[in-house]
Amino acid sequence: MSFPTQSCVASGRCIIEPAPSSDLRQSLTRKSTVRPIEFLFAKLCQLAAWSSLAILCLLVSVVAWKAVGYLDWQFLTSFDSQRPERSGIWAGLIGSSWMIFLTFLAAIPIGVGAAVYLEEYARDRWIVRFIRINISNLAGVPSIVYGILGLTVFVRMFDMFAREGIVARLQGEQISALVLAGIEIPLPFGKTLVAGALTMSLLILPVIIVATQEALRAIPPSLRHASLALGATRWQTIRYQVIPAAVPGIMTSIILSISRAIGETAPLIVVGAVGFARFAPGGIGSAQDLVKNPAGLLQAPFDKYTVMPVQIFNWVGQAQGEFQSVAAAGILVLLGLLLLLNGIAITIRNRYQKKLSW
Amino acid sequence: MAHSFTNLMNDRAAADRARGGGADSLSDPVTGDATARPIKIETRKMDFFYGTTQALFDINVQIPAKSVTALIGPSGCGKSTFLRTLNRMNDIVEGARHTGEILLEGINIDGPEIDVVALRKRIGMVFQKSTPFPKSIFENVAFGPRLTGIRDRRELDEIVTNCLKRAALWDEVKHRMSDSAMALSGGQQQRLCIARALATNPDVLLMDEPASALDPASTARIEDLIFELKANYTIIIVTHNMQQAARVSDTTAFFYQGHLVEMGDTQQLFTKPQEKHTEDYITGRFG
Ligand SMILES: Nc1ncnc2c1ncn2[C@@H]1O[C@H](COP(=O)(O)OP(=O)(O)O)[C@@H](O)[C@H]1O
Ligand SMILES: [Mg+2]
Repeated sequence: MSFPTQSCVASGRCIIEPAPSSDLRQSLTRKSTVRPIEFLFAKLCQLAAWSSLAILCLLVSVVAWKAVGYLDWQFLTSFDSQRPERSGIWAGLIGSSWMIFLTFLAAIPIGVGAAVYLEEYARDRWIVRFIRINISNLAGVPSIVYGILGLTVFVRMFDMFAREGIVARLQGEQISALVLAGIEIPLPFGKTLVAGALTMSLLILPVIIVATQEALRAIPPSLRHASLALGATRWQTIRYQVIPAAVPGIMTSIILSISRAIGETAPLIVVGAVGFARFAPGGIGSAQDLVKNPAGLLQAPFDKYTVMPVQIFNWVGQAQGEFQSVAAAGILVLLGLLLLLNGIAITIRNRYQKKLSW
Repeated sequence: MAHSFTNLMNDRAAADRARGGGADSLSDPVTGDATARPIKIETRKMDFFYGTTQALFDINVQIPAKSVTALIGPSGCGKSTFLRTLNRMNDIVEGARHTGEILLEGINIDGPEIDVVALRKRIGMVFQKSTPFPKSIFENVAFGPRLTGIRDRRELDEIVTNCLKRAALWDEVKHRMSDSAMALSGGQQQRLCIARALATNPDVLLMDEPASALDPASTARIEDLIFELKANYTIIIVTHNMQQAARVSDTTAFFYQGHLVEMGDTQQLFTKPQEKHTEDYITGRFG
């Protein structure tokens, strides 16, 4: 083995002398086995992450502990009762399912429509910028405010249909309901599912609009240009290219808002969800009911209702101690439904995301 | 196989067609000169503006049918802008407008009776960056025909197969028609975009630097394809690559700072340019 320095000198061609290998070894050698600050920081972050999970586990196990003996098949399939051991969450399960369905039925078309208008059609005028800013602000308004809004607009309809209301004066007589194809639609809506669902959809609209806008903005303009250059109209471009590409974003907004739509209590109490219910909306509380009276499905949105969080709230307020356990069982069912719905939405989103990537 | 242009215009405009038409004769019967083809597209005194800044100045060109016209010039000289005026893609740019006339077979494409959607179906466009839709290969090509209301699966199959063959992509994708188009290579994606453009049955193809993002092998395939397509289509191609322009085009137009400096037979323009600017550019002295 020859030393490079010597051979270089001999040949006279070498210009750069390699550093003596002992210097290099020393500069690469670590001074201590740990870097305390880095170690500490990593551990703190780890602690933060794990502690949130630990708190969640703790909460669920405390609730589950309390619910032992109450969360059973009877609880899932029974209506409410004065007696804790006989009460159940069936009315709330059905009511919450209706609530979710009707809320998204109203909120998705309006929310996506608004986002498409703001991103694809609206020119950048001051009024549009003003609307954009305000939609973001609306997402932060306390939910009770939406409850009061819903009470005025949907439950009472500005007292338009009251005995001395504007409709009675114009019409000469009071109108209290509209019968359409055998379905009785109360006017004003009063304390019905549809009033609650419309209130709830106002509550989640900002989330849907903002998330959909973001999804639309992430779609490259080249996609729109390619479609237009093929002779697609603007509407065809939006309908067949832009909106399908935005589906993952729209699903994200739905995931974000499902937990609100399912868990919000205060606004629904304001707009009149019933605390103690021994009925299902439209009289459809079982498969037999559905077979006997399928038209009840259409009447249900205009019926009284309860939802799970309002039922739980009602149980928590009961004097009898056992009702605390009933409430705990209700909370577990609520969490279960939430996980189920989120799981479905996430699956749909991932399916779509796989197909889209640029 | 003269393409009828009637769905673009009303009866009044039909009368105009006679003087711009006759796209069947490939060469002028009098002179026998192969370059004396009928004029497919013509612009007259076209000035183009983005808001208040003028991007094109007094452009007068005549683009012969069923041949390849290359647009060359340094970056920012207005080649893409010019190309986009031909299928009115500039309509979607806010504040863009132009004066003068653009005639397709003698018909003013900016006329009030012209349906821009029908126009764009007759003038296909391929972009620099390949822009496949995030859908299957089949759906990419079928999109245009579907827009025109074709629902029959067999008919769609036939169109898609036909266009993929013409775009020299069929053999590579025939077994994976339902795979995502995003999974294709860059060169394949670009040929897919060409197939997709062919599916609306255009007779003009606009290509904005279609090969500038591709490797040499893919570029060669696109160039071969252009050479084959010119038998049936009028092709206008923007290119940065002078060799490419010389290889594929019959006519070349040199743009500089928004002006059309020189336009003529490709061989002539590259060997005996009339203008000093053109000579400087093609010999690589600037640009
Ligand atoms: N959408 C636009 N808005 C404003 N100016 C533009 C727009 N597109 C292009 N321009 C300007 O017009 C000129 C010509 O651009 P372009 O046609 O893209 O040139 P080229 O394709 O030859 O590189 C450039 O100065 C460019 O900055
Ligand atoms: Mg360009």
